[in-house]
Amino acid sequence: MLKYIIKRILMLIPVLIGVSIIVFLIMRVFSPDPAPIVLGQHATQQTVEAWRQANGLNDPIYLQYFHYLKGALTGDLGTSYYTKTSVTKEIFTRFPATIELALVAIVLASLFGIIIGVISAVKKNSIFDNAGMLLALVGVSMPIFWLGILLIILFSGVLHWLPSNGRIDPLLQPIRVTGFYLVDSLVTGNMDSFKDALQHIILPASALAMYSMAIITRMTRSSMLDTLQQDYIRTARAKGIDESRVIVRHALRNGLIPIITVIGLQLGSLLGGAVLTETVFSWPGIGAYTVACILKSDFPVVQGVVLLVATIFVLMNLLVDVIYGFLDPRIKYSKKEV
Amino acid sequence: MLLEVKNLSTEFKLKRGIVKAVDNISFTIDKGEILAIVGESGSGKSVTSLSIMGLLQKPGRIANGEILFKSQDLNKMSKKELKKIRGNNISMIFQEPMTSLNPVWRIKDQIMESIMTHMQISKKEALARTIEMLDTVGIPSAAQRANDFPHQMSGGMRQRVMTAMALACEPELLIADEPTTALDVTIQAQILELLYRMREKFNMAVLLITHDLGVVSEAADRVIVMYCGKIVEEADVRSLFERPLHPYTVGLLQSIPQIDDDSDERLYMIKGMVPNPLNMPSGCAFSDRCDHSMERCTKEIPELKEMSGRKVRCFLYESESITCGGIGATSASVGAMEGGLAIK
Repeated sequence: MLKYIIKRILMLIPVLIGVSIIVFLIMRVFSPDPAPIVLGQHATQQTVEAWRQANGLNDPIYLQYFHYLKGALTGDLGTSYYTKTSVTKEIFTRFPATIELALVAIVLASLFGIIIGVISAVKKNSIFDNAGMLLALVGVSMPIFWLGILLIILFSGVLHWLPSNGRIDPLLQPIRVTGFYLVDSLVTGNMDSFKDALQHIILPASALAMYSMAIITRMTRSSMLDTLQQDYIRTARAKGIDESRVIVRHALRNGLIPIITVIGLQLGSLLGGAVLTETVFSWPGIGAYTVACILKSDFPVVQGVVLLVATIFVLMNLLVDVIYGFLDPRIKYSKKEV
Repeated sequence: MLLEVKNLSTEFKLKRGIVKAVDNISFTIDKGEILAIVGESGSGKSVTSLSIMGLLQKPGRIANGEILFKSQDLNKMSKKELKKIRGNNISMIFQEPMTSLNPVWRIKDQIMESIMTHMQISKKEALARTIEMLDTVGIPSAAQRANDFPHQMSGGMRQRVMTAMALACEPELLIADEPTTALDVTIQAQILELLYRMREKFNMAVLLITHDLGVVSEAADRVIVMYCGKIVEEADVRSLFERPLHPYTVGLLQSIPQIDDDSDERLYMIKGMVPNPLNMPSGCAFSDRCDHSMERCTKEIPELKEMSGRKVRCFLYESESITCGGIGATSASVGAMEGGLAIK
């Protein structure tokens, strides 16, 4: 198992090199020259030239990539053209917000998705099943920004229950320990902060969870419909155990593999940043920020973020594969027991 | 009387009509008795067993009848009461040992689950009992194999595990639905012998569902032959093999190949096909396949008639007394019978 994990992590290297080359080329070929954007329209040709020289943009492209790679290998991803802070720091300040939002969203999505999916499968063709599938259909079809705006109008505008934007009331910002406000406020025992952070995250997380939940619901339902037909379910019923136990311990446990796969993929893409949700709710995460950087041709930041997202995606898939091994004893990653 | 099934009818409501999978059947099983129900696919034998267990899946339902287990009607019991009996007083082993065990739990977990559901004992005692049961059904080094997952075992071993699981709470009635069908012949014999031994050991009754007359002759005390959801013949095993009465039973017995048959004749075959359950013949369901069919057979359904300890549903025996009876035993059937008894 350990050998397998190490092998998979080593496979990350060619993936990252490939991804970095592609992003590097795309940014330089398709993005506008950053110099006039950084220096302003009225900058003289001389200052533009000097800036380009200073940022290595006049070098041949392979040399630029080589310099970039050299820096990246030593952990230096460059500095943002605009803020002049290091890319690692830029990412570090924004990424916790994205992770926090993604995790809360995926927990909500998995929880409701699995529950609705299981009940829909057990009560196939019932009113609950039809309602659940309708909800799932709405979930996959509804544009997230529109759902977000509706949620804001209802819960902030009309009912005044929840705040409409931001991560937290600035006055209640907890001392930074991990960067996750929910964790930081709990660790420092600041219950007011915790409550406020929780109130702030509910709407964006719900909006973000909707799509993933819809997909998880449908996957759970079809997976459960399949496992509930299996012979071992009949065996379990013949033992005289409770039906709830039959469903959870025998059917759901066996149906989890495709569900976990979907959850893993969803989490991977949520961690890449939820541009629309972050924009609608003014959530200071990595997604909206990256889009802004793409538009401003802030090459180092975009490259850094893409590398990070690619890494997360690969690791997420690895995690899912490792979980398979725990879920199904027939799956073994070492050659010994095959 | 351990189990008494009275006028049981089980239906499946389909879009194209109602299929009567089991049509008004009655039978009894005594303590310690092995009763075999024989029939081909679709004869209703498996549905009968699932009806008794209360494991029918939609759109199947019991339309009529009583299933009296120790004089209590299982069909009228609440789900909760039925759960107490299932796996405890009545348990079941299934046809497919390869797929009837849950692939993600260890053998011991699956057996212990059954034990701990029905017996008030500690986990440690349940584990001890599990290993003891695995040992009883003939699994070598049971304590270690208990930690195996089903995929680490062969089909025969898995059927032993299923048997251990079914017997774990010492049921009074074991329903074995084609327990040997998916296994090769040597393993079949071992499993049958195991069932036989367990019956002796626990004095339990066995309802053996099968399509294999070889299995019947080896294991059963009494036989019910089913055709299209109805009982067509019922007799003790020796009488049935020595002198089958119903033309269908005769046909079944004649179609067993005999190794010592040197003639060049083709193996006997019952002509025609099983009728479509949605479109049954108006008279006897077997009439269009029967060599002895009379005009009356296509119009009226014969009654299951009792005569000297056995029952048959056929107009051939309407007026006759059983003693002159039968359309003849075949040497084949007696041979199968004796082969079976030898294994016993």
